[in-house]
Amino acid sequence: MTAATYNFAYLDEQTKRMIRRAILKGIAIPGYQVPFASREMPMPYGWGTGGVQVTAAILGPDDVLKVIDQGADDTTNAVSIRKFFQRVAGIETTTNTADATIIQTRHRIPETPLQEGQVLVYQVPIPEPLRFLEPRETETRKMHALEEYGLMHVKLYEDIARNGHIATTYAYPVKVEGRYVMDPSPTPKFDNPKMHMSEALQLFGAGREKRIYALPPHTDVVSLDFEDHPFEVQRFDRPCALCGAEQVYLDEVVLDDRGGRMFVCSDSDHCETRQAEGFRGELAGEKLDASTSDRTEEVI
Amino acid sequence: MDAAVTHAFEGGFAEPVLDAQATFRAVMDAMARPARIIEVAPRAAPPASLSPLVGAIACTLIDADTPMWLDPRLGESEAVRAWLSFHTGARLAAAPAEAAFALIADPGEMPPLDRFAQGTQEYPDRSATLILQLDSLEGGAPLTFHGPGIKGEATIAPVSLPADFVRQWTENTKRFPRGVDLILSAGEALACLPRSARLIEVEV
Repeated sequence: MTAATYNFAYLDEQTKRMIRRAILKGIAIPGYQVPFASREMPMPYGWGTGGVQVTAAILGPDDVLKVIDQGADDTTNAVSIRKFFQRVAGIETTTNTADATIIQTRHRIPETPLQEGQVLVYQVPIPEPLRFLEPRETETRKMHALEEYGLMHVKLYEDIARNGHIATTYAYPVKVEGRYVMDPSPTPKFDNPKMHMSEALQLFGAGREKRIYALPPHTDVVSLDFEDHPFEVQRFDRPCALCGAEQVYLDEVVLDDRGGRMFVCSDSDHCETRQAEGFRGELAGEKLDASTSDRTEEVI
Repeated sequence: MDAAVTHAFEGGFAEPVLDAQATFRAVMDAMARPARIIEVAPRAAPPASLSPLVGAIACTLIDADTPMWLDPRLGESEAVRAWLSFHTGARLAAAPAEAAFALIADPGEMPPLDRFAQGTQEYPDRSATLILQLDSLEGGAPLTFHGPGIKGEATIAPVSLPADFVRQWTENTKRFPRGVDLILSAGEALACLPRSARLIEVEV
């Protein structure tokens, strides 16, 4: 039986040309949101249609694709996008960060540092960092044109006035090359420093909002802050419960209805690689030592 | 049928989808790493005064949505006009300022950069991309750049740029975020100069 056949990577060639032109302008003006004629994709808005269109426009038969959703390769969004490209482009996929040439991501940057030649494609829901402060596109566009970002600093200041610190923890605004304020997509602010001077090209696609933007490699990306309230990333007071990794971003997993919880790497590939290398966290499920509580054993 | 017209149907991409993708990735890599020379096998065979690589880039990026401007050397060739028209479907722009893409075979005589579409402060992406056909990307006066995409500095020494290119390019980067972007090509090599690439030093 022959399934319906699609053009390589699903999109028609004219659409790819349009997206490719937008990508080139995005690269030439780092942090500026280039409008593009976003297409309907065979998945709903909010499922990464922007990222999928960017990936489809750059993808070639020799590429190796990795897709992550909140850091994990094995959640619904990641699995379906990976399968989509396997089906419409016949390309090789991987879960290993180092093996991938294109990594499409929803809201994480892999813990393994990216290399030259890799492209990180972000799925972006709301590309406009000023949108929740100023709903009118005509106004936000003018604010970008005039480099008028006072409102964003007021927002961060109000955070401090209410909470004593900048309470924004994800989609934390950055300034690119001292010019454009950009939304890094809802990545945890933990990942913001990884965008700065990255070796990899970073492309951002917002399907519903019809915007593409980019960060070339070796680009200056600074998280907004104040002298007396400098930017800080989240810190975790314990290592990953499965692989023992420190200084990585951890997800909280609720274990039972009695307050039991564990913290594990959000980057599933990083965690599995470390476990394969022999690293073990306190809940790794084998060789539990005396320090592990009875209740924890019960849970496992 | 006249020879120019017959020739116009030939010399396009043999594998339109894969050839366009391969050419685009080379251009994207070059745009993301300004002033770095990238080798790419041209996959098109246009008529004489248009180089195979510029022909391939045209087939990759230009279509009916993007008016193109041809410099006099290319524009005077009926064969080139017919070939580009058939393979891209683009209409010719009457003036440089109206073009999304400009194809330039004689860069020494090209109009000043500020004659091309610069975009607006609100929409700086509505600016021209200039595709230059040079004799060589090596052996000319060295130009050293810094900026996004460049680790430290990057130097390129293209031959046959306009005599006052340094002044023109400095003005182009001062207009940021407005400005034009350049794709330089010579033989099977290309390098890009996006408007973000700032010139730091010139040696004679």
